[in-house]
Amino acid sequence: MKILVCITKAPDTTTKVAFSDNDTKLNEAGIQWIINPYDEWYSLVRALELKEAGVASAVHMITVGKADAEPVIRKALALGGDEAVRIDADSNDSFFVATQIANYAKTNGYDLVLTGKESIDYHNASTGAMVAELLDLPYITHATKLDISGGVATVNREIEGGEETNSCALPLVVSCQKGMAEARIPNMRGIMAARTKPLNVVAASADEALTSIISYEMPIQKQGVKMIDENNMDELVKLLHEEAKVI
Amino acid sequence: MILVFAEQNNGNFKKATFEAIHYASKIAQSAGTQVCAVVLGEAANLSLLGNYGAQKVIHITDARLNNLEAKAYSKAISNIATQENAQYIIFSNNNTSKAVAPRVAARLKAGLVVGATSLPNAEGVVKKSVFAGKAFAFVKMNSAVKVISLTPNSFGIEATEATAEVISQSIDFAANDFAVKVENVNKVTGIVPLGEAELVVSGGRGLKGPENWGILENLATELGATLACSRPVADSHWRPHHEHVGQTGGTIRPNLYIAVGISGAIQHLAGVNSSKTIVVINKDAEAPFFKAADYGVLGDAFEIVPRLTEAFKKYKASHA
Ligand SMILES: Cc1cc2nc3c(=O)[nH]c(=O)nc-3n(C[C@H](O)[C@H](O)[C@H](O)COP(=O)(O)OP(=O)(O)OC[C@H]3O[C@@H](n4cnc5c(N)ncnc54)[C@H](O)[C@@H]3O)c2cc1C
Repeated sequence: MKILVCITKAPDTTTKVAFSDNDTKLNEAGIQWIINPYDEWYSLVRALELKEAGVASAVHMITVGKADAEPVIRKALALGGDEAVRIDADSNDSFFVATQIANYAKTNGYDLVLTGKESIDYHNASTGAMVAELLDLPYITHATKLDISGGVATVNREIEGGEETNSCALPLVVSCQKGMAEARIPNMRGIMAARTKPLNVVAASADEALTSIISYEMPIQKQGVKMIDENNMDELVKLLHEEAKVI
Repeated sequence: MILVFAEQNNGNFKKATFEAIHYASKIAQSAGTQVCAVVLGEAANLSLLGNYGAQKVIHITDARLNNLEAKAYSKAISNIATQENAQYIIFSNNNTSKAVAPRVAARLKAGLVVGATSLPNAEGVVKKSVFAGKAFAFVKMNSAVKVISLTPNSFGIEATEATAEVISQSIDFAANDFAVKVENVNKVTGIVPLGEAELVVSGGRGLKGPENWGILENLATELGATLACSRPVADSHWRPHHEHVGQTGGTIRPNLYIAVGISGAIQHLAGVNSSKTIVVINKDAEAPFFKAADYGVLGDAFEIVPRLTEAFKKYKASHA
């Protein structure tokens, strides 16, 4: 059973975001790029566990990104996995990215495609679902547990207001979140091994982007906190009613 | 036509669904067209969706649609969108729409914006929150058909007495449209799901242990609020994981977020800083959360929270 893990880079959460060119471009100077946490902690680590358990025969990774995505994919390879491919294009539109991944997956044949539940930059949570649609495969989102036996996946997933246990025959696309696996830290051996693992760079197919970012805006700063005396909760309730109008 | 997916849950509808219908009706108004709501699975009283602005409801009664099956849902919604000549397809952003809306968009080659917080302008540009609430982006959908997934609590609801015409229809499903089998469902009933809650009471490590959650539960019950927590609280199994908010947990946008004994780390703020009003109760004047708060109370949560609950009780009695 072959697994394809989709990896994207994302700005570290503690990064301050800033924009340039009249607020039309993300200012990348000073951004610390990390592997999108949901891709790393949950989908990649679970794929590695399935390989260690002898359930999966190969774990491949794919990213759509320019050369600046390479350190991130090398770091992913240091955690484990056999090889990676980078589709050489900017990843600005979910449909474009999903099309690239779906094309690659179709040619190379995978039984399971894993994504994180969303990326922490644009929060589109769309790649997995679009890949599934383009490959005409079933799709399970927000998975917190994934086991495979006899070509059938058993998946726990978070649904609106609760949890569900699903089963589905492979091939399948799954988006992963917390609960799926525990975070790992690459060790020295992994880092050394990653240097020689194949990282193939493939040209992107000419597909259209269906969305584009026109500009950015910073949120309005809070007015500053109003401190309320701890013995005067009636005052707080009054302010919540009359000033904030939230109750 | 403006199409809106009206998600049923055991035959009922959530407030966020009404909000999505109302949002669709505003787009329809400026486009000079009408709203058609799509209901998948068994549900009743559908003409009432007209209260929120739908003129027409297309109901696919197939019982196999009672539970979410992303592939079948996407096929049904896409087929109806094509049949109705939809310009926009509107969803409310939640776990269901995240499984379905991108599939619909890919199927129809439609531009998709997930988590919109504004109406689209005439050029098809909408605003959405990005980088964990640190900024907004204005995103343009470049396609003829456009798909928008609306952030709950970002638009509001207006209701009238109007009713909608309900039409039952069937869809030609293939066997492999229902490949995912639901073995077991475990739904929490009776409380508003965190993602849609307007009032949230949240606790952190400052509460010292799960045995102390009673004061937060009392406050939440008094307010009709939903409970949330910081990550260490969920990691230590003091509270269930679905209550965890922040970068690695849920992202919420309630009208009121009351944070008790939470320091306000950037990863926590990532999930809650779009809340309309934030109240912070903390005994440390240096807690970073005060900088992100609208109202702050400095002191011991174990004394303040019961006082606040009493104050709400008094307020409710005087406004009854
Ligand atoms: C990659 C990454 C992702 C993360 N994701 C998340 C996430 O999604 N969500 C999240 O919450 N965290 C997340 N964290 C953790 C985050 O950095 C903080 O460690 C965490 O939010 C702290 O939780 P806390 O505020 O409950 O606890 P603490 O930081 O320990 O704060 C407890 C607070 O309670 C106050 N307090 C103590 N006693 C009382 C009292 N009697 N009355 C009033 N106040 C009192 C203290 O003054 C203190 O401010 C993440 C961290 C990393 C590195």
